[in-house]
Amino acid sequence: MKDMQDGYTTADGRKIGGVVMEMKNITLRFGGVVAIKDISFDIREGEIRAIIGPNGAGKSSMLNVISGFYVPQEGEVWFHGAPRPQMKPYEVAKQGIARTFQNIALFEGMSVLDNVMTGRLGHMKSGMFAQALWRGKAEAEEVANREVAEKIIDFLEIQHIRKTPVARLPYGLKKRVELARALAAEPKLLLLDEPMAGMNVEEKEDMSRFILDVNDEFGTTIALIEHDMGVVMDLSDRVVVMDYGKKIGDGTPDEVRNNQDVIDAYLGVSND
Amino acid sequence: MAQMQSGAEGLRSLPALLQRNATQFANSPAYREKEFGIWQCWSWAEAEKEIEALALGLINLGVNRGDFIAVIGRNRPYMYWSMVAAQSVGAIPVPLYQDANAEEMAYVLSHCGARFVVVTDQEQVDKVIEVQDQPHQFEHLLYLDPRGLRKYDHTQLHQYSHVQDQGRAAHDELIPDLNRRRAELDYDSTCVMLYTSGTTGKPKGVVLSNRNVIESAKNASEFDKLGVDDEILAYLPMAWVGDFIFSIGQAYWTGFCVNCPESAETMMTDLREIGPTYYFAPPRVFETQLTNVMIRMEDAGKLKQRMFHHFMAHAKKVGPDILDGKPVSFMDRIKYALGDFMVYGPLKDTLGFGKVRVGYTAGEAIGPEIFEFYRSLGINLKQLYGQTEATVFITVQPDGEVRADTVGIPAPDVEIKIEDNGEIFYRSPGTFVEYYKNPESTADTKDSEGWVATGDAGFFEDKSGHLRIIDRAKDVGKMADGSMFAPKYVENKLKFYPDILEAVLFGNGKDRCVAFINIDLTAVGNWAERNNIAYASYQELAGHPKVLQSISEHVSTVNKSVAEDPMLSGCQVHRFVVLHKELDADDGEMTRTRKVRRRIVEEKFADIIAALYDGSSQISTNTEVTYEDGRKGSISATLDIGDAEVVTVMAQKVAAE
Repeated sequence: MKDMQDGYTTADGRKIGGVVMEMKNITLRFGGVVAIKDISFDIREGEIRAIIGPNGAGKSSMLNVISGFYVPQEGEVWFHGAPRPQMKPYEVAKQGIARTFQNIALFEGMSVLDNVMTGRLGHMKSGMFAQALWRGKAEAEEVANREVAEKIIDFLEIQHIRKTPVARLPYGLKKRVELARALAAEPKLLLLDEPMAGMNVEEKEDMSRFILDVNDEFGTTIALIEHDMGVVMDLSDRVVVMDYGKKIGDGTPDEVRNNQDVIDAYLGVSND
Repeated sequence: MAQMQSGAEGLRSLPALLQRNATQFANSPAYREKEFGIWQCWSWAEAEKEIEALALGLINLGVNRGDFIAVIGRNRPYMYWSMVAAQSVGAIPVPLYQDANAEEMAYVLSHCGARFVVVTDQEQVDKVIEVQDQPHQFEHLLYLDPRGLRKYDHTQLHQYSHVQDQGRAAHDELIPDLNRRRAELDYDSTCVMLYTSGTTGKPKGVVLSNRNVIESAKNASEFDKLGVDDEILAYLPMAWVGDFIFSIGQAYWTGFCVNCPESAETMMTDLREIGPTYYFAPPRVFETQLTNVMIRMEDAGKLKQRMFHHFMAHAKKVGPDILDGKPVSFMDRIKYALGDFMVYGPLKDTLGFGKVRVGYTAGEAIGPEIFEFYRSLGINLKQLYGQTEATVFITVQPDGEVRADTVGIPAPDVEIKIEDNGEIFYRSPGTFVEYYKNPESTADTKDSEGWVATGDAGFFEDKSGHLRIIDRAKDVGKMADGSMFAPKYVENKLKFYPDILEAVLFGNGKDRCVAFINIDLTAVGNWAERNNIAYASYQELAGHPKVLQSISEHVSTVNKSVAEDPMLSGCQVHRFVVLHKELDADDGEMTRTRKVRRRIVEEKFADIIAALYDGSSQISTNTEVTYEDGRKGSISATLDIGDAEVVTVMAQKVAAE
């Protein structure tokens, strides 16, 4: 764990690779409000990286910086060893970054399958007309993309709701569909914004298993924000802890758990 | 149809039938499974290749003749292949219930001493590994889906496809051995061992020979004229004898296609897509489907509702007669045809029964209304009576002689006799060989002449020659006044109400009867939703005063109908309680095939029964529950006890005498 140059091996024996993304002294302001103050950390290939912190700590802002949605006033985001220029969201998607949202953002009127298929948009090359007519290359492309979508539907065990409009689904399943759509893009880096928010224990267990399986089966690097400490400590390889926009801790779950600043700020201590 | 089966005569094992199918029906579909949203298909020739590769792989792993190979998982072609591959190498497949808990699984695995286990996925792998601290050790475990298993110790674990690959690679070297083993199989070799869930005691391993399976499959296929073009949907537990006979026995005899659903949740969609021609379901499935239809009709528009009820009334009047080929007036036929176009046809399609030529229900009595509903739609739903020990078939209903209250005439080659106490005995080519490692039970059940005790009480009707089952022989008892106590009879009447899922009647040796009732969460939940009744849990809904009231009305109605039969009028329900939990197989209250284990329920809820008899209006109770992973918890509840109206028949009886 000490020599991080070429990655490390996790407690359960997974090999973690080199740095995929690095935050260098990021500061993000909204007018006078400083949401993120001089934060640096890295995300390595194949790891599950968690960002935790109390409400208003700047976690979601951080995720939006990673996804390129927010542009920090200071500092740089390095991606694959080079500073990343300002980008449009679809350009970010093309780079292999996909995300889910804290408040589910699906197309409610469309079926689960169609929603998952939208995740494949970045992989479709034929034009709008060719797709509308469904002839020639567009047809073959659709079939190939459908196959990928179906594998993900199978993976996340949502076959039974394949044709169901999303609006009719319960919350827990919607979350799963959102994950499916993100996975359909075959991302290198998957960003999950509170994947367990509002779920019951059973749904959380399912979701945890899916996150671990995604990481294990596809080798996807995952960065996630989560409130549920139990989940974070069980799932992640390394954890960044934020409080009031500052980084107060970074390391393995055990290291973070024993960090006095973290205990004080987040896990809570008695007031006397 | 006989010509279709040419070449099957003289074939004495399922692997031999497979060879015949692979040449005779080479390009006909043998297996289909929906995966990745598409029906994947294997022809008989392809299936034969897959099975051969697996059989070679099994030899490669060191499977010996006479070894037991446990098969655990949901219905998938691969799992069926593993059973036939096991037979091909002289081993004995032992399918287990996939929802069995660790304890049951440990018992069965150690009882047969399975050296090899074939499972579908991580969940089953975990379960099998978990029971390994018990004395029994498996040697190799084959799994289908590698997901989540990458980090497991693979010294004893093998991916199914890898075993096949190894088999293919070693083809030339091992094929003489495989051919030799296949040639050794004869009519007396063991075909399969099935564990009966047993309403009492430990499960028993029923050994069935090739003769049992092939003769039964042949007789039943000829009885219903099944052929290579038929389609079935394999969705019932593989450990159940019915699935083995339909999806393997009859499929191999006739060469029809076995379709496997994508997952348990998609079963209804898959059923609709496949449109099986030969269909089997326990009454519960038909009940659930009917309940769903009724619930959805209540949400339908006024016009649709009126159309539905109008034509269903007509179907009820003439539908069964049309199906049985009895005379029906021309106008009625025209109206039925119109109804078929507007209501019955679309409904059958929605249910997935559009093409059903022969449908069976068995295992429990089916409510006459449910039965009539399906038959009036023109679905040839019939009843059969069978057991694992008989390789399913004891009696069946021939086309045109179908009734809700009988189970039909003796199946081909089956002899039946009824003892003085009403217990039914049979003898047939399907009669099982023995209970594995249990000669006492074998001797208790099967006598030296081959007669097998069913444990059921029944009689033949004089007019029709059909068998009627009253109840389990040991459950039929006497009330304190000497009148007959037949719990099933009353329970079935109660269960015909869509909001009652399960009922258990007590009263043997007592002066009056009392009952436990389980509500059907789907039906009652929907009713609650429409009536703006909020509830947080099953328990709360079950205890809702309005629910109690409507159940009480049902009980009173049932009492009236029970009172009409003078022989059974003593079985009226005086008091009842709506249970706070569903009776569940995980808690041992039911068998895996969902039959109530009467004695266990009686012991477990002794306090509630006492309260039912001592006249108290409420009972506080604490019940232990077991979760699927074996953890235990408890539910405590205060239950209201309901009184039901009882029809006094004593006076009438006296008057009649």
